[in-house]
Amino acid sequence: MAGLATTFGSGAMTNSIAEIEFAQVILVSGSNTTVAHPQVARRIYDAVDRGAKLIVIDPRSTRIARLAHIHLQIESGSDIPLLNGIMRCIVDDNLQDAAFMAAQTENYQALNDTLMAVNLDEVAAITRVDKALIQQAARLYATAECSTICYCLGVTQHICGTHNVQSYANLAMLTGQVARESTGVNPLRGQNNVQGSCDMGGLPNVYPGYQAVTDEVVQAKFEQAWGVPLSNTVGRPLLEMTHGDSTAKALSAMLIVGENPMLSDPGLTHVEATLKSLDFLVVADLFLTETAQLADVVFPAASFAEKTGTVTNSERRVQLMNQAIEPIGECKNDGEIIMELSRRMGYEMDYPDSAAVMDEIAALTPLYGGMHHDRLIGSWGLQWPCLDRNHPGTNYLHKNKFSRGKGYFSPANHIEPAEATDNDYPFVLITGRAYHHYHTGTVTRRCSMLNREHNIPWLDIHPDDANRLGLNFADKVVVASRRGQCTFSVCITDSVKRGDLYCDFHFHEAPVNLLTLTAADPIAHCPEFKRCAVQVIKEVL
Amino acid sequence: MHDVMSICCYCGCGCGLYLKVDDGCVVGSSASKNHPVAKNNLCVKGWHVHEFIHHPDRLTQPLIRKNGQLLPCSWDEALAATAQALMRIKAEQGSDQLGVLASAKCSNEENYLLQKFTRAVLGTNNIDHCARL
Repeated sequence: MAGLATTFGSGAMTNSIAEIEFAQVILVSGSNTTVAHPQVARRIYDAVDRGAKLIVIDPRSTRIARLAHIHLQIESGSDIPLLNGIMRCIVDDNLQDAAFMAAQTENYQALNDTLMAVNLDEVAAITRVDKALIQQAARLYATAECSTICYCLGVTQHICGTHNVQSYANLAMLTGQVARESTGVNPLRGQNNVQGSCDMGGLPNVYPGYQAVTDEVVQAKFEQAWGVPLSNTVGRPLLEMTHGDSTAKALSAMLIVGENPMLSDPGLTHVEATLKSLDFLVVADLFLTETAQLADVVFPAASFAEKTGTVTNSERRVQLMNQAIEPIGECKNDGEIIMELSRRMGYEMDYPDSAAVMDEIAALTPLYGGMHHDRLIGSWGLQWPCLDRNHPGTNYLHKNKFSRGKGYFSPANHIEPAEATDNDYPFVLITGRAYHHYHTGTVTRRCSMLNREHNIPWLDIHPDDANRLGLNFADKVVVASRRGQCTFSVCITDSVKRGDLYCDFHFHEAPVNLLTLTAADPIAHCPEFKRCAVQVIKEVL
Repeated sequence: MHDVMSICCYCGCGCGLYLKVDDGCVVGSSASKNHPVAKNNLCVKGWHVHEFIHHPDRLTQPLIRKNGQLLPCSWDEALAATAQALMRIKAEQGSDQLGVLASAKCSNEENYLLQKFTRAVLGTNNIDHCARL
């Protein structure tokens, strides 16, 4: 999100999901949309039915890539050179929107300098995409009246993730394909309230509404509202907290609510060592997850059906979940647990219900200024920014003006992946999500229908590579990186390129984050999940 | 049987749905015709969103580690042990030795309370969540 925040001023989808249907060109990058965001994929299919052109950038030939008019099947981790190549073609053809750039953006000269140094033959060599296809994609995107970009973790989960995002934003600004209906840059969020937990300040550097902890005026506002002095030191990001075992900065205690870093985080060996080294670990969850098993205290948490509260979807829509049943057994919702803990630690938190909490959020968070439960009851929500009680919400961002004032061009050059393949580890492993499962599988592996459809950790491998290694369908193989190994069943498919492998991260039987790298983007701290070097060994039975 | 308006707990599409409730149990789900994203449709995860809610593996009481084993205990014991441990470590080692992981599966209100607790009670900005995973 840091990429869009510095470029446009807001780290969220610029447009609504329903608007995608009316775009004329849709550029999907690093998103297995059909699988991970089925309802967004549906809008893309509808748009294509209406005559829209679809460009997909993905190292894999996913279902949506197969539907694309142009599939740019790049080498994993080469988005920046590809985008620079596309933008160079646009400038060479004089298809940039000079009027939009002059009125709405700044620092174009820096991008132009970068683009003038781009050599398209080099781009084709690094990305392994045909030059003519790059030119076609550039013309298609630049000349449509409404082009929109949808991207996902295939763009962000690289050591250069922030620069990747900025490159897509640069493309949109260069061509004026942003800040209008059905026209913009749209990060698709993977979890039901990931947007909301960012909006609420579940981040080490900001209070709710992206108000910086280092800003004195903001600090004073929250100190007054909460009645205590607050720290203006930026906190530790996730990976620093879960990978502290070998550093002097290791934490002494952690409270983990509804997360399972023992499967979801890269470098699981470090995560386990860190969590075991803590003086005290407390976990709140629905099930005894791999993480909860290491805890000193475990709180049984209520599920979404057992509580009332709001969640914010990918298109910034704040929506109310209504309590359907009483909590199971002695479960409590996370809000009650926090209030009770707080009280016992000498700080009174006494909210009669979640509506009262939302009133406090509205009072302190300009983006949510008009979000009150009484406005959300019986409706399907309001999209932020929603500044006050009478504000109707915002279906697309940056109308007439970017949130930060002028859109800021941040040019980038290719950054080599953290781990190159070599003779010992000749394959590139890409990790991702499957249709039937969600995150660490804690919940979906316990849904009988979903588990019936998909209960085996598969490894996708290209037919040529499978032949070379003498592998047949469903053979067991061990995949090893420099960090660990996992066992998978082989699925032979040309959806991956020669030399590439793909697996899901949902399965505790094959905890793929034993293999992945802990290297991460230095700005957004996204780990490089989309590329690590591995070897494949046939398991001899 | 009656319907309760809710939001799917899985991906960021945030489909509006109705939970079908019968005798205190969630027994099914159905799509909202009018929801701007769902438009009368759910994916396979949304249609089966009820299946985990009453799963026998659900944790139903607090657990506390004694002699290396996690054993059932009362809420009072679990909360008291947690509050004491956090206060002790904060006093002995400082606020910045404490860290919190919030969750993309919690509501906005819960995430707000959790970051308020982290900042105002624990006294640190060490809070993050799995936004990037």
